[in-house]
Amino acid sequence: MSGPKIVMPGEGAAMLADAIGRIEQPSRRAFLKRSLTLGGLTLLTGCATDDQDSIEAALAQISRFNDRIQALIFDPTLLAPTYPESMITDPFPFNAYYSEDEVREIDGDAWRLELSGMLADRRPWTLEQLHALPQQSQVTRHICVEGWSAIGKWGGVPFSHFLRLVGADLTAKYVGFKCGDDYFTSIDMATALHSQTIMALTYNGEPLPPQYGFPMKLRMPTKLGYKNPKHIQAIFVTNTYPGGYWEDQGYNWFGGS
Amino acid sequence: MPADERLIHPVWLRITHWLNAIAVILLVTSGWRIYNATQFMGFGIPRSMTLGGWLAGALQWHFAAMWLLVANGLLYLLINVFSGRLRRQFFPISPREVLHDIGAALKGQLSHEDLRHYNSVQRLAYVFIIVDSILLVLSGLVLWKSVQFPHLRELLGGYEGARRIHFFAMAAMCAFFILHVVMVALVPRTLIAMLRGR
Repeated sequence: MSGPKIVMPGEGAAMLADAIGRIEQPSRRAFLKRSLTLGGLTLLTGCATDDQDSIEAALAQISRFNDRIQALIFDPTLLAPTYPESMITDPFPFNAYYSEDEVREIDGDAWRLELSGMLADRRPWTLEQLHALPQQSQVTRHICVEGWSAIGKWGGVPFSHFLRLVGADLTAKYVGFKCGDDYFTSIDMATALHSQTIMALTYNGEPLPPQYGFPMKLRMPTKLGYKNPKHIQAIFVTNTYPGGYWEDQGYNWFGGS
Repeated sequence: MPADERLIHPVWLRITHWLNAIAVILLVTSGWRIYNATQFMGFGIPRSMTLGGWLAGALQWHFAAMWLLVANGLLYLLINVFSGRLRRQFFPISPREVLHDIGAALKGQLSHEDLRHYNSVQRLAYVFIIVDSILLVLSGLVLWKSVQFPHLRELLGGYEGARRIHFFAMAAMCAFFILHVVMVALVPRTLIAMLRGR
């Protein structure tokens, strides 16, 4: 007696080969995203594969619309709540697009902060020079896009002070960041100038440990975690939309809270 | 008797009802995928029941469908309030009659003779789901923009408080949904009425 026969239509083998190829690709996540979104959709509406791209395009459009709404809602004078030090989350969770054992070790002595784009003084900064600037500390809630939140204490240079110091064009739309862990992101100028946006050099009063972004991270309690870049190496001011590591994959760009 | 006399649900009500159903299904299933990112209540929702594929996709669905829920919900509430339907259809709700109607329902004796008239259990359930939906929108607003709505945030117990309220209000909505669908299955005429209006 023969077992059940698997019928392969003409395109079946090619589709299967393609699927296997895509699973093996490093962009496995993109593949999973696509197939599983499709699963959810067919469940709901019975939409065909052809509609998938137009639905994704529509969702991306609405996400851009939500960026504009968030910029409108954003009140530059409203402060994120601050907490007593007794409420600090210990240990503060590590989060990145890689695991904790892959954290980059950056040499603080060799490190230079590079500046480019729409600003007057593009000379690079050493860590020592940044420590010599006025410092400010905050105990605020870090909210992750995944939903969890944790309270931490960061200290560093108010970003608005720094931007004025280097003669940044404050009418520009975006400030972008390139990081030592190959991460990159960008923010709106209004948030860059918010009084709680700081170039954090310390965590809990100590120099930033590598897992929290040594030598410098941008700390913004008015934005979700993925908008707070770590290991910053270059800052640029621009009117051209710079996107970001997660944002380019579909996470909302404004990402404000 | 003029045809309109027998109308159970006006057309605006049927449209807002079904748009709301679409918005709720999109929001709940994408919300489950977002919840799965942390599973802070200690369990996960099966992937096949969620919408969006991965977190970013689910968030895109969630923050798109929220506009449908809010716009459609506001339209529904405004027409209800200004037409006087809200007062007429849902009130008064007397606790004694609710208990009586629950008893009658359990004995299978609750009358659905006139679908234009809501019994006490229906009134309570529908007012409950309206309030629950408002709570979902407000707690969602705090999760989305906790810094921008400080009073609402403090009222709902901060970001983490709002997060739990959002979860339990969702669970209550799911419970309503199940009860609602079971009741429709028991009295199928109500489904026809919500589609055809009579």
